[in-house]
Amino acid sequence: MSKLEINDLHVTVDTEDGPKEILKGVTLSIKDGETHAIMGPNGSGKSTLAYSIAGHPKYTITGGTVTLDGQDVLSLSVDERARAGLFLAMQYPVEVPGVSVSNFLRTAKTAIDGEAPKLRTWVKDVNAALEQLNLDPSFGTRNVNEGFSGGEKKRHEIAQLELLDPTVAILDETDSGLDIDALKTVSEGVNRFRAREGKGVLLITHYTRILRYIEPDYVHVFVDGKVAESGGKELADQLEAEGYDRYLKANA
Amino acid sequence: MTVTTESVRSALEQDSPERNKIESHLNPVGSFDVADHPVPTGREEIWRFSPLKRLKGLHAEAPFNPSTTSCTWNTPEGVRIEGVSGEEARSLRGMSGLVPNTRFAARVLAEVPDSLLVDVPADLEVAEPIVVSLDGEDASNTEAGHVAMRFGAHSKAIVVINHEGSSAMAAVVEIAVGDGADVTVVSIQDWADDAVHLAHHQARVGRDATYKHAAISFGGDVVRMDANVTYDGPGGSAELLGLYFADAGQHIEHRLFADHNAPQTKSNVLYKGALQGEGAHTVWIGNVLIRKVAEGIETYEENRNLVLTDGCRADSVPNLEIETGEIAGAGHASATARFDDEQLFYLQARGISEKEAQRLVVHGFFNDLIRQVGVPSIEERLLGTVEAELAKNVLKDTMFGTVD
Repeated sequence: MSKLEINDLHVTVDTEDGPKEILKGVTLSIKDGETHAIMGPNGSGKSTLAYSIAGHPKYTITGGTVTLDGQDVLSLSVDERARAGLFLAMQYPVEVPGVSVSNFLRTAKTAIDGEAPKLRTWVKDVNAALEQLNLDPSFGTRNVNEGFSGGEKKRHEIAQLELLDPTVAILDETDSGLDIDALKTVSEGVNRFRAREGKGVLLITHYTRILRYIEPDYVHVFVDGKVAESGGKELADQLEAEGYDRYLKANA
Repeated sequence: MTVTTESVRSALEQDSPERNKIESHLNPVGSFDVADHPVPTGREEIWRFSPLKRLKGLHAEAPFNPSTTSCTWNTPEGVRIEGVSGEEARSLRGMSGLVPNTRFAARVLAEVPDSLLVDVPADLEVAEPIVVSLDGEDASNTEAGHVAMRFGAHSKAIVVINHEGSSAMAAVVEIAVGDGADVTVVSIQDWADDAVHLAHHQARVGRDATYKHAAISFGGDVVRMDANVTYDGPGGSAELLGLYFADAGQHIEHRLFADHNAPQTKSNVLYKGALQGEGAHTVWIGNVLIRKVAEGIETYEENRNLVLTDGCRADSVPNLEIETGEIAGAGHASATARFDDEQLFYLQARGISEKEAQRLVVHGFFNDLIRQVGVPSIEERLLGTVEAELAKNVLKDTMFGTVD
């Protein structure tokens, strides 16, 4: 039984004018088997939430707690968080020159599992994951994210999700910049992951489009660094029709 | 981090009457006469980065003693390699078109009695690399050597010069690449910690010939290598590669000069270095001169440095002098940086520990360059050397398996 608990999380980022509070008390609970969508306008702090949970050094936690199955996530290093079962699919995956995808994947898998994967099944698994995401088998020889198209970067993130098999996946605007075919391919990958036993998903998005392919159990509207409203998937339909104006006005 | 790229156009906008001079101000006029080369003081443009006090006088008046460095080589079929002296040795001085622009190079040509000749006849394709191994025994023995490599027209060969052990050595390596030949020269400086190495490699690239020079420097107290190229006709292509890793207290200096003195020629320079430990100092000077006659040429030079710890210094100076705008392309880039936090975060977010992430990034930094050197027997050794260098700092107190 896994559970990601975010309780009254406050986060600042350093700016030229001193620290600026981005997250102003976020509380969320994601149980296993659940998919939560976080929707909100640009600048509302959605990505900050994702990167703070993953441990990006740019962000300072000033209050609140994050636990995964009761374990204090915030006291762990970035890699320890990943090994504890957290995965962040990034909006802007980073190029790592000279490091091949296959070397990267095997190194990550070895780190997560604490032992090297069995060679024969691993190669098969990697090829299957790449193929399901419409990535050419030669993809493994390319350098990580170097020269990848926007769609390839996102599909590569989801291939990692399937291969590294975390307990909770945070998807930061994985849908942005994808054409409809790529969006479907990526969504199928996320749905395969969701179908596994005991997985939680926190899906961060600006648009309702991806929710047609990945059906959330809960939808949270994120405005000005906290959750403004929570509901079922019907909330997404409402946002589709009305946009974020209502929340922004209320906030102003 | 600094990144500079410069197009020909912007360089030409700074056109001045000085540019009508034929000779490059970065590269003093040469002379075979030692008396024309005063002992450098350290204020000269070409010496200002070098720690003269640590050169054991090689730049000045140190005697060139009988060598205590062993020199061995293999001799693939059809290739002549031997030490020559007397008239034959003298006839090889300047065979690459070298007119010395440093005192030590002038002294080597004038004073060293013999030369090691590597002679690859025309049309011969040598499958196996020619490996010349120099193994020094005494860092207090100042000595000097001259190597002459002659590659006949349409020949194809790889020569590896491997430096190990201790020595205080001044060396001139001259390389004449015949028309249409395809030649790779790799110089590995894997010296012991106390070695001093002052070297000048000069190549003349024949018409439509392909020349690759790779300078690989890991060891030694001070290593300074000048690697220069001129062309003997149109269509020649030169690739100048370098890989260096400087540890605490080490000075590693590479100076390149691609002198485009013929039309339709190419030069491509890529040097990459890593630095770690207090007082590690690297210098990269990339000089490119495009003479008036050199229409249609193409040149690009790039230097990247990765600073792994505090207390290091990386100097990186690309210089592009252009006397004609009628060229296909010219540019340069230089960047010196620490580990990229975003790269490390990305890798760590996949469960990879900080040290292992740093190790991946450093290997990645060098991998493409090692592949570009293109000599399989060296590739594995270089990967191992990078790993050994990493063990001194980044990977201290941790154990990892081998990299593939």
